[in-house]
Amino acid sequence: MANKVIYAVYEDPELLKSAARKLVTAGVKVRDVFSPFPVHGLDPIIGVKRTRLAIASFMFGITGTSLALLGTYYMMIYDWPMNIGGKPNQYFYQNIPAFVPVLFEFTVFCAAHGMAITYLIRNKTLPGMPGRNPDPRSTDDKFIIELRTEDNHGHSAEGMTDLLRQTTVFEINERQC
Amino acid sequence: MQHEAAIREPLILGHRTYHDITNDIVGPIENKPAKGWFVLITISSLIAVYGIGCILYLISNGIGSWGLNKTVDWAWDITNFVWWVGIGHAGTLISAVLLLFRQRWRMAVNRSAEAMTIFAVIMAALFPVLHMGRVWMAYWVLPLPNQFGSLWVNFNSPLLWDVFAISTYFSVSVVFWYIGLIPDFATIRDRVVKPWQKKFYSVLAFGWTGNAKAWTRFEEVSLVLAGIATPLVFSVHSVVSFDFATSVVPGWHTTIFPPYFVSGAVFSGFAMVQTLLLIMRKVMKLEAYVTIKHIEYMNIVIIVTGSIVGVAYITELFISWYGGVEYESYAFINRATGPYWWSYWAMMTCNVISPQVFWVRSLRRNLTFTFFMSIIVNIGMWFERFVIIVTSLHRDYMPSAWTMFHPTWVDAGLFIGTLGIFSTLYLLFARYFPVLALNEVKSILKTSGESYKKEAEQQHHH
Repeated sequence: MANKVIYAVYEDPELLKSAARKLVTAGVKVRDVFSPFPVHGLDPIIGVKRTRLAIASFMFGITGTSLALLGTYYMMIYDWPMNIGGKPNQYFYQNIPAFVPVLFEFTVFCAAHGMAITYLIRNKTLPGMPGRNPDPRSTDDKFIIELRTEDNHGHSAEGMTDLLRQTTVFEINERQC
Repeated sequence: MQHEAAIREPLILGHRTYHDITNDIVGPIENKPAKGWFVLITISSLIAVYGIGCILYLISNGIGSWGLNKTVDWAWDITNFVWWVGIGHAGTLISAVLLLFRQRWRMAVNRSAEAMTIFAVIMAALFPVLHMGRVWMAYWVLPLPNQFGSLWVNFNSPLLWDVFAISTYFSVSVVFWYIGLIPDFATIRDRVVKPWQKKFYSVLAFGWTGNAKAWTRFEEVSLVLAGIATPLVFSVHSVVSFDFATSVVPGWHTTIFPPYFVSGAVFSGFAMVQTLLLIMRKVMKLEAYVTIKHIEYMNIVIIVTGSIVGVAYITELFISWYGGVEYESYAFINRATGPYWWSYWAMMTCNVISPQVFWVRSLRRNLTFTFFMSIIVNIGMWFERFVIIVTSLHRDYMPSAWTMFHPTWVDAGLFIGTLGIFSTLYLLFARYFPVLALNEVKSILKTSGESYKKEAEQQHHH
């Protein structure tokens, strides 16, 4: 039997959420949901894990601070110390208050850009990539649940369609894949 | 689903569906622009071309073509720089600080305010680069190894802190803006039919899918970026104020500068947002999204920050006397009563006295009056920087060196030119980019839309 994919189209995020709840209660695994804006409270229902991007951002930030510390130490204290306005430059700790703005800015720079790049790569959104949403209406006003038969061996395509019909669904599309 | 108290005014007027929002915002991008747009862009690009001409003249003739002299060696250039950077503060404040405070009204204004921020920071960055004179040496501000021709850059100097602050602020603002734009570009991509538009917006949309995990990541990134952009906004104008505060010039050498500059920046930034949005909501028919309530909220920010600025002016004046340093107190007496008295009092009137009329609710909600006030504040904030910079310099320790500053046509041409370049960029943005954050406005439709609020209220009464 060929694998099938079912797209159930909803008109409102609340209707989609209650439908997803119903499906999950019946033991159907929801592959994915496509929506024009974030549907709050959906992730725990369909089992999307929390993203670790914030941790990544923290790591990038720490890296930035370290690089900035290393850089200012090397340039201002080790490589070419200069007496500028009598500011103490014998030891790094004496000169460090003057470097705080740069340390801060570089930390933010690395945290923000590191996270943004990670975000784009993880989402597979990069310049020139083709759109991969199943239906162009999902970026306008429709909320779409994607079910796949290969994820749901306990349910037939017909059984899942019947379940979907019991929800306030706008449209059901079935495709071979 | 969240419910919003009935007493709060709706943020989206009339009855609208998700599809209507897409139509209202993407429609103008698909169709031919209005005649007014062509008129505006013709005017602004002509001014921009004149400005670019002035820049080329300046680069080929050197900064001697400015009106600077040995006493007043910083004048309009740095005034314009600080003015533009200040304007560039509202966008990130709206998108970052108001996001942390969960203010729903920010969603209709953040996109255009962020665009304004980015263009304003570009204009700001022009001035210090041009002030270098030999602009092709601009890369010397980067910490490049000594064999590139100079010593290491000086990390003790506020001017170098500025390089780091402005470039971080600019690049983080661009990223923040673009990450918010990606889903909206996808909406346009999935809607337009003309082949070149389809191609153009598919490239810009980066292949956005809008699946559940992507939206989770999107929200996390927005939140974390807002969290780190908030201290960044405050740091940037603090660092700009250090350019003055760490020098030993009477009138500049004051510890009040960082908070005073930051609130002044927010003040002028919001005024510029008002100027631009009031025109845009009219021309692009966004009255249902940028409501009078939005304008009122921004006027409240203007009165708060304007009052902080007023307190700072008066504190500064008081401390110059109370501190007992005669040079310091002379600098301030000279500001208020010396040859530049008119600029001091223009600043006081525009920034401290006039915004106080916004305590009157009907004036806060009056669009024509708000537009007029936004221009007044913009003028006042330009004078603030002029007063701080020129009046502190023109009478220094040596009376034989006392002089006045006379701007040349190049000074004026550069300032007017940046206004033209800025307006051109903004008009291009308004034409080709989604001017409202579609995905964010849609997400508050059912809680803050007028018809949905009424419906919810009726259900509540039954």
